[in-house]
Amino acid sequence: MGMNMSEKILARHAGLDKVEPGQIVVCPLDLVMANDITGPPAIKEFEKIGKPVFDPEKIALIPDHFQPAKDIKSADLAKSLREFSRKNKIKHYYEAGRVGIEHVILPEFGIVAPGMLTIGADSHTCTYGALNGFSTGVGTTDLAVGMATGKSWFKVPEVVNVHLTGKKPADINGKDVILTLIGKIGVDGALYKSLEFSGEGVKELTMTDRFTVSNMAIEAGGKAGIFPFDEVTKKYVDEHVKKNYEPVAPDADAKYCMTVEINLSDLKPVVAFPHLPENVKKVEDIGEIKIDQVVIGSCTNGRFEDLQIAAEIFKNRKVNPNVRCIIVPGSQAIYKAAMHAGLIDIFIDAECVVSTPTCGPCMGGYMGILSAGERCVSTTNRNFVGRMGHVDSEIYLAGPHVAAASAVLGKIATPSEVK
Amino acid sequence: MKVEGKVWRYVDTDVIIPARYLNTFDPKELAKHCMEDIDKNFSSEVKAGDIMVGGKNFGCGSSREHAPVAIKASGVPVVIAAGFARIFYRNGINIGLPLLEIGDDVEKIHAGDILEIDTAAGTIKNKTTGDTFKSQPLPDFVQDIAKTGGLINYIKEYGDFKN
Ligand code: SF4
Repeated sequence: MGMNMSEKILARHAGLDKVEPGQIVVCPLDLVMANDITGPPAIKEFEKIGKPVFDPEKIALIPDHFQPAKDIKSADLAKSLREFSRKNKIKHYYEAGRVGIEHVILPEFGIVAPGMLTIGADSHTCTYGALNGFSTGVGTTDLAVGMATGKSWFKVPEVVNVHLTGKKPADINGKDVILTLIGKIGVDGALYKSLEFSGEGVKELTMTDRFTVSNMAIEAGGKAGIFPFDEVTKKYVDEHVKKNYEPVAPDADAKYCMTVEINLSDLKPVVAFPHLPENVKKVEDIGEIKIDQVVIGSCTNGRFEDLQIAAEIFKNRKVNPNVRCIIVPGSQAIYKAAMHAGLIDIFIDAECVVSTPTCGPCMGGYMGILSAGERCVSTTNRNFVGRMGHVDSEIYLAGPHVAAASAVLGKIATPSEVK
Repeated sequence: MKVEGKVWRYVDTDVIIPARYLNTFDPKELAKHCMEDIDKNFSSEVKAGDIMVGGKNFGCGSSREHAPVAIKASGVPVVIAAGFARIFYRNGINIGLPLLEIGDDVEKIHAGDILEIDTAAGTIKNKTTGDTFKSQPLPDFVQDIAKTGGLINYIKEYGDFKN
């Protein structure tokens, strides 16, 4: 019996010819990542171990959540990350003005590459599966031990094969693909498992689509969400990664615990209703739902292509007078590219707020907190109770196309409704 | 470890500790806000030794280790659920908070029931109803972590992973 991509990456790192689901393996890590929320407690735990960092080149500490600091406690968190990084000569630490959202900049800076094994103290670390790596979210203690030993323990997961076919229609993007999948299998559909994507439909997805899809593997409970390596990946990697890397491909007889079929040509723009990402409905079926706020950004949909999709809709239009629309580019490079492409002008002319790169409103941190009873259409990844503010506020998850159309019309809408 | 305590019953949740309190990692401070978005009384009424019981995918969502830390600091010695979200499960193991998975049997435990639990054997007795349940035993590697009191202690004791 052959191996799937998850098994191959774990086996290779564990120094084994073969691994099987359920087996516990200890693996050397290629990268250990944390942010300004999870890093400081990990540093405290790390200090209890009393060892030096295993390799300052293989650690990334990214101040993106509450930064630039929203209050004194957040400033203290950032300081702890900064001081630790300087003292230990951490290579991938970036100050405000150079930083962006962790899962956007790690691929952009070429820090993550195909075949790599990464842990991050952030649940959306699964994003790098888009680049054919095995990367997964862990907590503070795993992170501390990872920084000290360069290793972590893994239970080899079972794998759900997501088989993509058909052609992607013009009004569909990665968010529709992943929300449709989560709608089908549920928020625990891939619990303790990896998602691996296969089929002719994979090549229909741009790198931006793939980042969005892998990013939300965790919203189906998944440990990882891995794409095969193809020309699309290679082009991205050639432009960003300077180091050697070794992609993986699944064996023809690899084992999967389940196969889910998605025909891309059948997809329609969708939205996930509060308060779970599995409450997915086609936008055309939902009737009139008025909204107060729109957020376009985050590690899910804060990339250049996402902003382009939104700008196409905002061009020569205005945000509805009853709505505020907050746009947060995922990185400085994206911000600049958007500026040069004229997108920032389009957003400001449409009367959107444009922010510096940060997690900001996505996890209810700052800049776009919702009041009781308010409704927000957001391109982020979670619509749990209270995620963006008051427990009685509501979050509707959608792609940048639906978010922008909704901002213009003041209600949840498909791009085709904006005339 | 043997424990006996009163049950606090919740369904699936991400609100163990709301994000607005994540700018601290002080366990006592976190415990004050544990569960507050779904149960305002929890932090004031929970007693050391009380047991938390949850539904499926308990602890889903964020990787925040603040969540099991907040539960542990509330005095809860063990959490039982139909199933746990993966990262929460790992974090629980790593900080030495035993987590027992019992699937649908969780429906037979209600708020206020008194349970007697042997975490090593994975046996649970509901003293209120007389039912007994068994959870999957933990893998040896995980038991080693539990025995040393969490992954940090494990690494301190062995200097590295054993294998
Ligand atoms: S953008 Fe949101 S989901 Fe992504 S890392 Fe930041 S807070 Fe987490």
